[in-house]
Amino acid sequence: MVVPVPVRMVGGVPVGVLVFVCHHGILSGDGDPAAASPRSTVDPALDALGPISHTGLMYGNDVIDPNEPLNAAETAVYDAAAAHDDQRDSRGGVGDEFDALIAADQRIEPRDAMPEKYRETLVRQIAQHAHSEIIGMQPEGNWISRAPSLRRKAILIAKVQDEAGHGLYLYSAAETLGVDRQELLDRLHDGRQKYSSIFNYPTLTWADCGAIGWLVDGAAIMNQVPLCRCSYGPYARAMIRVCKEESFHQRQGFEILWTLMRGTEAQQAMAQDAADRWWWPALAMFGPPDTGEATKGGHTEQSMAWGIKRFANDDLRQRFVDMMVPQAEKLGVVLPDPELRWNDERGHYDFGEIDWDEFWQVLRGDGPCNAERIAHRRRAHEEGAWVREAANAYAAKQAARTKESAA
Amino acid sequence: MSGATNPPRTDSHDPQAPAEVAHQERSWPLWEVFVRGKRGLSHVHVGSLHAPDATLALRNARDVYTRRQEGVSIWVVRADDVTASSPAEKDSFFDPAADKVYRHPSFYDVPEDVEYL
Repeated sequence: MVVPVPVRMVGGVPVGVLVFVCHHGILSGDGDPAAASPRSTVDPALDALGPISHTGLMYGNDVIDPNEPLNAAETAVYDAAAAHDDQRDSRGGVGDEFDALIAADQRIEPRDAMPEKYRETLVRQIAQHAHSEIIGMQPEGNWISRAPSLRRKAILIAKVQDEAGHGLYLYSAAETLGVDRQELLDRLHDGRQKYSSIFNYPTLTWADCGAIGWLVDGAAIMNQVPLCRCSYGPYARAMIRVCKEESFHQRQGFEILWTLMRGTEAQQAMAQDAADRWWWPALAMFGPPDTGEATKGGHTEQSMAWGIKRFANDDLRQRFVDMMVPQAEKLGVVLPDPELRWNDERGHYDFGEIDWDEFWQVLRGDGPCNAERIAHRRRAHEEGAWVREAANAYAAKQAARTKESAA
Repeated sequence: MSGATNPPRTDSHDPQAPAEVAHQERSWPLWEVFVRGKRGLSHVHVGSLHAPDATLALRNARDVYTRRQEGVSIWVVRADDVTASSPAEKDSFFDPAADKVYRHPSFYDVPEDVEYL
């Protein structure tokens, strides 16, 4: 990680976790069921997503072949977005005027003239997204030192590092709109800007790392794939990178739960408990209702007109539920919603009412971990200050020397 | 993904240019990152990042943009050192190319039955 606490990373790995200690407690069976079970028992749809090696080496590229597509995000929607872009790039001749570009579904680029409201909306949304990525490092970072095996630890480190990277892609995109990253961090630290409320829930057990990957990253992909077609170029390009990497996150989460669900009774109970706690907050991640009666008043209508948003919160949520129910069945996990059932008429799953009071409460700051998350973020930033200053001093000294020797 | 996404911060022609932020003091300078995906391809702009100097900009670029072997070579360029054409002058700047259709092969009328032409 390069921004907030550079001192903690050496060669891309957090220094604090370089001491590898394997804990073989109640999770000592972790990995064994997966190795013992032939791949053919896995959902063929998952198989089609590409091979994951469960044997051989532990690190790096043996986990995902770099030549294989990074899939899960590469769904039909993603392909359509990519194809759409290829096509769009070859069009042209609509001029440079903002409304004409939007109407022609063309990209807006950093130096184009744009309405101030458009710029503000994007700054707010991209910053909130970036903040979510770096705050999102904390719940799982909590388990790096306690991952049940060296393999799991290496994967978790890579995943948390990805979250840092996603934050950086997004801060970089936000900066093209003329805001300074430091200003955005200040707004996060003093609460003027939000991050996704999902990260205010605690990771109580190892299974939570699985549930976060499967449910939270799954919801994030559903939300983010359409953003690959966002009208603002730098944001769309950042999202393409993010989505590719999120696929690994979701699959590793599914695999954690898959392994636990084929383990001991205690391990199965742990996986079920994690699914119970993360299901509803994951559904709430899509944001408040914004279809039908609720269309007016929110950001959705304007954001859709500007091509920042492509689908309503409710539509994405429905698509997510439809995607997750079969996956939960495959896992053997019961989703904690008695009203969840297939509706033949609608061609979708019906599901129960989300507790929006809880959502607003957590968003306002009264979630289980709000204070802890921000306090940790601020501390990391403040404790990293000397590194940033030292690097500046070193750079200034080197520059002065170069100047001297040139003179 | 071609072309710098980040405008040089000091471009006075830019209607959206940020007021010259005092970011030199507050955070590290901004660098634009270009990655060569593999042999045979040119370097392509992939994004930007902050770093105190060129050496660390390269290291940070490696960690941010090539965690999955996305590149075999990286360039970093100070964003302030990029000179960009101005969108406000786009029309007049690119105008000289607009009326020279004879630069394109399709401009020329040739008999249809001539091969390899």
